[in-house]
Amino acid sequence: MVLQSLLKNCLQLSCILRTPKAGFRSTMSGGLIIQSTSNDVYQNLAVEDWILDHMNLENRQVLFLWRNSPAVVIGRHQNPWQECNLRLLRQKNIKLARRRSGGGTVYHDLGNINLTFFTTRKKYERMENLKLVVKALKALRPQLDVHVTDRYDILLDRQYKISGTAAKLGRTTAYHHCTLLCNADKFVLSSVLKSPYKGLKSNATPSVPASVKNLFEEDPSLTCEMLLDAIAEEYATQHQIDHHITLINPADETVLPGINNKTKELQSWEWVYGKTPKFSVSTCFNMVYKDSFLDVKVDVDVKHGRIEVCNIDLPEQWLPPALCSELVKSLTGSKFCPNETTTLATTLLRVCPQDNELHSRWNLLCENMIMLM
Amino acid sequence: VCIHRVRSCSSIRFIKSKYVCVFDKSALKFSHQQRLFRTSAVSCGQIVQFKLSDIGEGITEVTVKEWYIKEGDSVSQFDSICEVQSDKASVTITSRYDGIIRKLHYNLDEIAYVGKPLVDIEIDASKGVAPEEDVVETPPMSHEEHTHQEIKGHKTLATPAVRRLAMENNIKLSEVVGTGKDNRILKEDILNYLAKQTGAILPPSPKAEIIPPLPKSETVPAAPKDKARKIPVPVSRPIVFSGKDKTEPITGFHKAMVKTMSAALKIPHFGYCDEIDLTQLVQLREELKPLAQIRGIKLSFMPFFIKAASLGLLQYPILNASLDESCQNVTYKASHNIGVAMDTEQGLIVPNVKNVQVCSVFEIASELNRLQSLGSAGQLGTNDLTGGTFTLSNIGTIGGTYAKPVILPPEVAIGALGKIQVLPRFNGKGEVFKAQIMNVSWSADHRIIDGATMARFSNLWKSYLENPASMLLDLK
Repeated sequence: MVLQSLLKNCLQLSCILRTPKAGFRSTMSGGLIIQSTSNDVYQNLAVEDWILDHMNLENRQVLFLWRNSPAVVIGRHQNPWQECNLRLLRQKNIKLARRRSGGGTVYHDLGNINLTFFTTRKKYERMENLKLVVKALKALRPQLDVHVTDRYDILLDRQYKISGTAAKLGRTTAYHHCTLLCNADKFVLSSVLKSPYKGLKSNATPSVPASVKNLFEEDPSLTCEMLLDAIAEEYATQHQIDHHITLINPADETVLPGINNKTKELQSWEWVYGKTPKFSVSTCFNMVYKDSFLDVKVDVDVKHGRIEVCNIDLPEQWLPPALCSELVKSLTGSKFCPNETTTLATTLLRVCPQDNELHSRWNLLCENMIMLM
Repeated sequence: VCIHRVRSCSSIRFIKSKYVCVFDKSALKFSHQQRLFRTSAVSCGQIVQFKLSDIGEGITEVTVKEWYIKEGDSVSQFDSICEVQSDKASVTITSRYDGIIRKLHYNLDEIAYVGKPLVDIEIDASKGVAPEEDVVETPPMSHEEHTHQEIKGHKTLATPAVRRLAMENNIKLSEVVGTGKDNRILKEDILNYLAKQTGAILPPSPKAEIIPPLPKSETVPAAPKDKARKIPVPVSRPIVFSGKDKTEPITGFHKAMVKTMSAALKIPHFGYCDEIDLTQLVQLREELKPLAQIRGIKLSFMPFFIKAASLGLLQYPILNASLDESCQNVTYKASHNIGVAMDTEQGLIVPNVKNVQVCSVFEIASELNRLQSLGSAGQLGTNDLTGGTFTLSNIGTIGGTYAKPVILPPEVAIGALGKIQVLPRFNGKGEVFKAQIMNVSWSADHRIIDGATMARFSNLWKSYLENPASMLLDLK
């Protein structure tokens, strides 16, 4: 049944496509509901960008429905090192994305749905949108105790956060997007959103941790599809349009010209890590080498994701000082990233005396430095 | 005529009262300046205080999070000026004017107030008209304030910047469809009109260049990577080159390469190349591939090349040695840690397989799989990247036949493997047959390796690969 309606929607879309760039303008009035066929967080974020830049929302507002495969999404002005466990993300192959809207860090997986409300800047109204979501949830399951807080969160049973909000205002258009936890993996969520990095000092927007709960835990009969449908239904009613969801393929350049460039930009290191506001790391770690314990103090200043200043305080003569200063010199200007640090550190070994003792000490120091990133 | 004069008088009066209204509180002197401006010919740029417009939802203060411009930069209307944040909403503030930024009123992370000046912009003197009015619709503005252009008695709404753009492109505003409020003509409308005229595909944002600049990674020559791309098809579009040279510091992977290669320069290299007939090996691999697959391992040719190299090194251990800094001593390394050059997104890395001399071909294959997946994920550890004694570079997977590889210190030899080609060769009976030919190019440190040693090692390596069964005799 779902497939049938999907097919119907696809056909509808191709009709819309035949009209020129003003593709989305012609048929609908008052509102348009679109859903992404992709689970790639970068592609979906790119669609939001595209709509913000290209669509005229004077006469018509848009609701965009999307879900992502496991990803951590940080806010525009946040620091990923401060917000999540980057090591764990790399190990588990969970993507890291930086969205263009403000706010805090969230974990997405297929058990979480994302809703984006597009309007003109004048008509930007977050409370109304969230009330719409709550109305839809109550229409679906009247017994649910859900309400909107002053902080634009949606709480379940007055305690548990099931939705977080963020917004982006452009020149003439604006969007407000929010998450909704249906059936996400809470275990992974809590482990990736815990930062292990110590000694960080930064002016980046911090996240406000909250206890979360899945709607599924409250009512096991609920699925993401049901929630999406209910919200679309309520949106359609309020905007006086057909309850009709148009599918969008975020990789399709013919429908969304220029979208692939936007996706690439969102995936780039310069955007994800490079946009981190200036921060510093001031920490020390212990190393155990053979029978001795060593204390190492490290101070690093990071700007645009790159090491601006680096200081490593080692016990005297444990490593040749010339080599240490070479390391510091190499690291300066490089990305604050384990991969680059490893490459640089191992390269330096090629050009110094081939001594096994030296090599193992060096490797130990570098492994520990990499743990900071 | 009489009527016309009256009409123009009333419109002037209208504008005048509006000026006072917009620039009211902050400067009596400001409106004074306005009057002066209107009456005298403008000789220098007018500095306008661009105020932070209303964000909505009754928000009065925001935090400045990022500046996109600095003092002295020139901006066009609609260019992004800064990013501010308020209560989970991130707002991009765009310029209302064309001009030069003269002053930023806030530093990063400072609180900015709605309605207060954000930046000072010096408006272009050459325009000689009143500063442009607010194009962005924000609640306080209810009456139209744009300068009108009367064409054929039909009022066309457009800001001076838009009118200038139209004029520069010889476009009649009356022919452009306005999509702004009250059918106002926006910059985008002019650009769309142009696009339809020239048939060219104009990027949606007015600022974008026609030919996009190359991404950073391509500015540093990296031969192996470029070969992988298809030959670009020439596009027929107006040749307008708006690119500029871009200089940036060398960091990260490239810095590492600079260090390694500068050290390698000190080594006097000599080269030795040969051709290997892999016909039998190709067949053998086909037979063994499914067996490896069952064990969950992808079997390429590299494990065979690596094992054969190790068998060769047992006979010619000087190729697995290291010369010290002063060239006084040579150290024969006991372990055969054979490095495999890998091309990743970030650049060239060379992890090594440890102790190949005691590994089976399958074990080598399995270790290669591990290194490859870690390498592409950017997660190789220091142990995997250090301790190499001999290196093979399979550049043939990307392309090429012969190469001149550079030795990676502290090693003394390296081999580059070209691509496997199907070529006609003569067999013992003088018949032509289809052979799978691969070229190998060795480089060695001529301070301790001589040509004869390299040649003999290569011949031995070649014999193992041309007749894989012979490897069985010498496997330990």
